[in-house]
Amino acid sequence: MPDTVPADSVGLVSPNTLHIPTPITLESGRSLAHYDLIYETYGVLNSDASNAILICHALSGDHHAAGYHSMKDKKPGWWDGYIGPGKTIDTNYFFVVSMNNIGGCAGSSGPKSIDPETGKPYGPDFPIVTVLDWVTTQAELADHLNIKQWAAVIGGSLGGMQAMQWAISYPERLRNVIIIAAAPKLSAQNIAFNEVARTAIKSDPDFHNGHYDEHNTLPRQGLGLARMLGHITYLSDQAMGEKFGRELRHGSLNYGYDVEFQIESYLRYQSESFVEHFDANTYLLMTKALDYFDPAAKFDDDLAKTVESITAKCLVISFTTDWRFSPERSHEIVNALLIAKKEVSYAEIEANQGHDAFLMPISRYQEIFKAYMNRIASEGKQS
Amino acid sequence: MSLRVDLQIISDWIPDGSHVLDLGCDNGTLLHELQKRNITGYGLEIDNGKIAECIASDVNVIHADLDDGLSGFADQSFDYVILSQTLQAIKRPDFLLDEIIRVGKQAIITFPNFGHWQCRLQLVVAGRMPVSRTLPSPWFATPNIHLCTIKDFERICDDKRISILKRCIVDHDHQNTLGIKISRNLFGQIALYQINKTTDS
Repeated sequence: MPDTVPADSVGLVSPNTLHIPTPITLESGRSLAHYDLIYETYGVLNSDASNAILICHALSGDHHAAGYHSMKDKKPGWWDGYIGPGKTIDTNYFFVVSMNNIGGCAGSSGPKSIDPETGKPYGPDFPIVTVLDWVTTQAELADHLNIKQWAAVIGGSLGGMQAMQWAISYPERLRNVIIIAAAPKLSAQNIAFNEVARTAIKSDPDFHNGHYDEHNTLPRQGLGLARMLGHITYLSDQAMGEKFGRELRHGSLNYGYDVEFQIESYLRYQSESFVEHFDANTYLLMTKALDYFDPAAKFDDDLAKTVESITAKCLVISFTTDWRFSPERSHEIVNALLIAKKEVSYAEIEANQGHDAFLMPISRYQEIFKAYMNRIASEGKQS
Repeated sequence: MSLRVDLQIISDWIPDGSHVLDLGCDNGTLLHELQKRNITGYGLEIDNGKIAECIASDVNVIHADLDDGLSGFADQSFDYVILSQTLQAIKRPDFLLDEIIRVGKQAIITFPNFGHWQCRLQLVVAGRMPVSRTLPSPWFATPNIHLCTIKDFERICDDKRISILKRCIVDHDHQNTLGIKISRNLFGQIALYQINKTTDS
């Protein structure tokens, strides 16, 4: 954390918790009797509630998208580069809402919450939730905040899938949708990576079938491996090459099995810091939500038919070196929207950062994103 | 702001309420103008800077490389497909023409006429590749890799059984001069065509 809060930061923020006392039946058929949603807001909701933006987070994200929780924080929220006064999502005009999805581990109901039936944490028994379930609970939050219609729902990666699901399931509740670095469903290769990650977690002896809390352990090794694997898929070969190359930690080869290359050290550091704040059961659940996402499955696998209900204006963005959800995956979404004659714009951004590009400050990406946000703001001001 | 004259002619050819696809839409000027007459559709553009400009002016724009064809678009899904001053910069204009008449019920194509007397003179007399106001780049740096004449274009339409519905040949000032009336291939600088797939009757 800098000594003073930067002028373009939303500053110090604190989350709110909404308790939903009514039960929800999930897509799986299981239900939660009641649940909590933790969320943050930035900016001010205007009198007719027409300036509200929903941010949907990706696999390892949470509700803390911008600003700082304390002056001691080392880093701001996960999308701080894009949310703040004067930034792409300008909090001088917009009221931004960011929620931790259920099944998460940052404060909304999830595997770490107490199961009312047993009085113990759910652990692996927390029901598997889907993208549609998340959208349903996000709509609950919108109701609570008296937001009838979002000016835009925005998300990258798994967040982009939620944004897309919003536009399909609640067409009357959003005017714009921005789908970044996403896909209409996972490929076999995507699912395969997720399965390796899950296997790493489940085969850790400290995992105890998900009941590691009761054993006072953590599947550090397994979750760390899952994170390492994930991290590799978020970066491009080019980005890794530029950042680390074949640089050695100690200048010369040791002919042993300890960390020698900088990239090895980086991955270990990433995994070690991740396991301290992320829950393994949540990781499993999130990867399943990704695997299950396939809105076209209910429409004879016809994506154009699936998006028929959409009335929002759409912006789709992809990145050239993203191989996790490549530009071709975004083309599938765009082509479906074109066939359905929906309002859509699409930009493919030249970027060497791979999938993670959606989080990074890339000038062309910011320019296009900002132009679109300005348009939303000017529409709001006219009406 | 008034439209560039060739864009004005294109606009005049498109009826209100049409659904259009503008290939190489630049900063979206034409589509922005057409939207005022309830004309919907999309622009295709490869330059992200131009894409940002389109978005700023509320034009739906899709990042695309025209050399990749129009495979994402269904047959006859647009009333008009527009290709303005871009045919000569395409790797395979013949393939793109096939795609254009597949996707559009009608198409409007405009291009600089390489058969203009000044082009011919520069090549014949000076022995140099022509450079002009419509074609300002030297041969090694020009994006215009497949220049054609009015005769060439009408020939390829004939070969492909494409019907020419309208034709407008003008000079740089977008005037239809006496010279053009005498010989359009010799005196025309910009050619505008409305075409479609010939239907067997």
